[in-house]
Amino acid sequence: MNWSFFHKLGSPKWFYDISGRWLPWFVLATVLLLSVGIVWGLVFAPQDYQQGNSFRIIYIHVPAAFVAQSCYIMLAVAGIITLVWRMKLADVALRCAAPIGAWMTFIALITGAIWGKPTWGTYWVWDARLTSMLILLFLYFGIIALGQAISSRDTAAKATAVLAIVGVVNIPIIKYSVDWWNTLHQPATFKVTAKPAMPIEMWFPLLLTVLGFYALFTVSLLMRMRVETLRREGKTRWAREALEKMS
Amino acid sequence: MRRIVWLLFCREWRLAWRRPGDLLNPLVFFAIVISLFPLAVGPEPSMLRIMAPGVIWVAALLATLLSLDGLFRSDYEDGSLEQWVLSAHPLTLMVLVKVAHHWLVSGLALVILAPLFGLMLALPPQVLPVLCLTLLLGTPVLSLLGAVGAALTVGLKGGGLLLALLIMPLYIPVLILGTGAMDAALQGLPVMGYALWLGCLAVLALSLAPLAIAAGLRIGVSE
Amino acid sequence: MKPQPIQVERLTCERDHRELFAGLSFELAAGEVLQVAGPNGSGKTSLLRILAGLMPPVAGDIRYAGESILSGRGRERWRQDLLYIGHAPAIKGSLTAEENLAWLCALGTPASREQIWAALAQVGLKGFEDVLCHNLSAGQQRRVALARLYLQPPPVWILDEPFTAIDKAGVAALEQHVLAHAAAGGLVVLTTHHSLDHLDAVRCLDLQQVA
Repeated sequence: MNWSFFHKLGSPKWFYDISGRWLPWFVLATVLLLSVGIVWGLVFAPQDYQQGNSFRIIYIHVPAAFVAQSCYIMLAVAGIITLVWRMKLADVALRCAAPIGAWMTFIALITGAIWGKPTWGTYWVWDARLTSMLILLFLYFGIIALGQAISSRDTAAKATAVLAIVGVVNIPIIKYSVDWWNTLHQPATFKVTAKPAMPIEMWFPLLLTVLGFYALFTVSLLMRMRVETLRREGKTRWAREALEKMS
Repeated sequence: MRRIVWLLFCREWRLAWRRPGDLLNPLVFFAIVISLFPLAVGPEPSMLRIMAPGVIWVAALLATLLSLDGLFRSDYEDGSLEQWVLSAHPLTLMVLVKVAHHWLVSGLALVILAPLFGLMLALPPQVLPVLCLTLLLGTPVLSLLGAVGAALTVGLKGGGLLLALLIMPLYIPVLILGTGAMDAALQGLPVMGYALWLGCLAVLALSLAPLAIAAGLRIGVSE
Repeated sequence: MKPQPIQVERLTCERDHRELFAGLSFELAAGEVLQVAGPNGSGKTSLLRILAGLMPPVAGDIRYAGESILSGRGRERWRQDLLYIGHAPAIKGSLTAEENLAWLCALGTPASREQIWAALAQVGLKGFEDVLCHNLSAGQQRRVALARLYLQPPPVWILDEPFTAIDKAGVAALEQHVLAHAAAGGLVVLTTHHSLDHLDAVRCLDLQQVA
C-alpha cells in the first residue's frame, strides 16, 4: 500500500495548499445545501400531523446533533493518529475541531429546548437524548480545558489525544446507561424524534440540511486549521509568503 | 514481577500511614457532604429515604475525586515518576498496584462507612447490604477512571478542579447503575442485574484504565 | 557488564517552539566520560532526558548496540543498562534513607540490607540509615540518591547536575567514583556547572557551539 500519501498528509504546507484549493468548493456546497435545505424545511415542508409547525426545528436540531457526535469520533481518530504516527496535523485538527463540536452540541441542546417548549410545555426535560447531549458537551469542555491548561503544545497534543480516546470508549457506555436510566424514571417515554415513516417531502430537506451541516463543519474546520497551521509554522518561508499574499 | 508488586505495595502503604491525616480527609469530606443534605432539604425521613441513594453516591464520587488529585503529584514532583517510567518493569503493572492501594485506603473505607450514613438518611436496614455491594463494585471503577484524569493532569498546577471536570462525565454510568440498584432494592426488586453490570464496568476499567494511566504518566514525564 | 557503543544521529530538540539544537551527532564507547556543557537554557537537561528516553526527540535517532532506543527491543535493552539520576533526586521525605534506596534498587537490581548500608556509608551517611529523609538536608538527600551509584549500578550512567548541594569533599569523592567506573569499562554522561578541566579523562561537548 502506498503510504507516501499518508505521510505527505502530515506536511503542513501541503495541507495549506490543498485546503486552499478545496475550500471554495466546500463553501459553495455549504451555501447551496443549507439554503435549500433550511428554506425547504422551515417554510415549504408539510406540517407534522401531531406537532404542527414546531417540529420544523428538527431541520436544525438533528443535523447539529449528528455533527456533534461525529465530531467527537473524529477527535478520537485524530487522537489515535497523533499518538501512533505523531502527525502534528492531526493535533491541529483535534484542537480546531473541539470548539466547533462544542458549539454544535450547544446548538443541538438549544434547539432541543425550543422544540420542547411547545411539545412538553417546559424548556428542559431530562430525557435520554438531551441528557446524553449535555454529557457530550461536558466531554467537549473537558478536552478544550485540558488543551488550554497545558502550556507545552506537544504535551497538550498527546494528553488531549488520550482524553479523546478515553472519552470515545466511554460514550457508548454513557449513552446506554442514560437511555436505560430514562426508561427507569419515565416509563411512558415520549420519544423526542418519533419517526414513523416520514414522507419524502419531510426527510429529503432533512437529508439536505444534514449534508449541509457536515459541509459547514468542514468549512469551519478547514478555515480554523489553516489559521492554526500558519500560526504554528510562522517562522517558515512558505508561511511568511502565504501571509504576505493575504495582506 | 511479584516481588516488585509487593515492594511497591509496601512502599505505598508506608507512605500513606506515615501521613494519616491525608487518609482521613476524604472520609470527613464524605461525611460533611452527606450531612449537608438533610440541612438543605429538611429532615423528613420519607424525603431523605428517596434522596439517600443519590446523595451517598454523589458524595462518594466527590470524595474519591478529591482524594485522587494528589495520587501521582508528589511522585511527579520529586522525580520518582521518572524512575518508574525508566525502570525495566512494566509501568501499567506499577500503576495498577498504586491505584489498588489507593482504593484499599479510600474506596474500601467508603464502603465501610456508607451503611452508617445510610441509616442516618433513613434507609431501611435491609437495603444496606445492597449499598455496600454496589459501592464495593463501583468504587474501583471510580478510582481507576479518576486515576486516568490524575495522570493526565499530573503536572498542572490547578489540577484538582480540572481533574473533576474531565472525569465526572465518565462517572455517570457508575452513578446510574449504583443508584438504580439502590432504588430497585428499596422497592424490593432483584438487584443481581445491576450488580453484574457494575461488575462488567469494573472488569472493563481494570483492563483498560491502566493503559491510559501509564500513557498519561509518560506524557506528563516527557515535558 | 560492559556497555555497548552509543550512536547519536542528527538529534534535534525543541522546547516551546525554540530550537535548542539540531543535527547533533556523536558517538560514545565504553570507558568514556562525556560532560555536556553550555550556558543555562542551552538544552543540557533536555539532551540528557532525550538520551535517557524520557522525552522523544523532534528528529534524529539514538542507537544502542545498533538498535534504536526509541522503540521496541532497543528501548528495553537500553532501560536495563541505564541508570538515570535527574534534577529531582526521587527521594520520598516520609521514607527513611534505607527504605528509599531499597525501593530505587528494586526498580533495577535489588540490593540487600548490608549492601545498602555499605553504600550509605560510602556516601558519608553512616548512621543515617533509618532517618526519615525530610529530616535530612538537601545535600544529604542528594547523597542518598547518589548512593545508587555504589550499589551494583548498570553500566551506563546519565547524571544531571549530580554535584548540586554536595560539599567539596563529596564532589571529589564522586569525581573519583565516576572516573573509576569509566576506567572499569562503564560509560558516563553528565552535566555540571563545576569545572571538570582538571580531569583529563573527561570529554566535553559544548552545546553552545552546536546550536
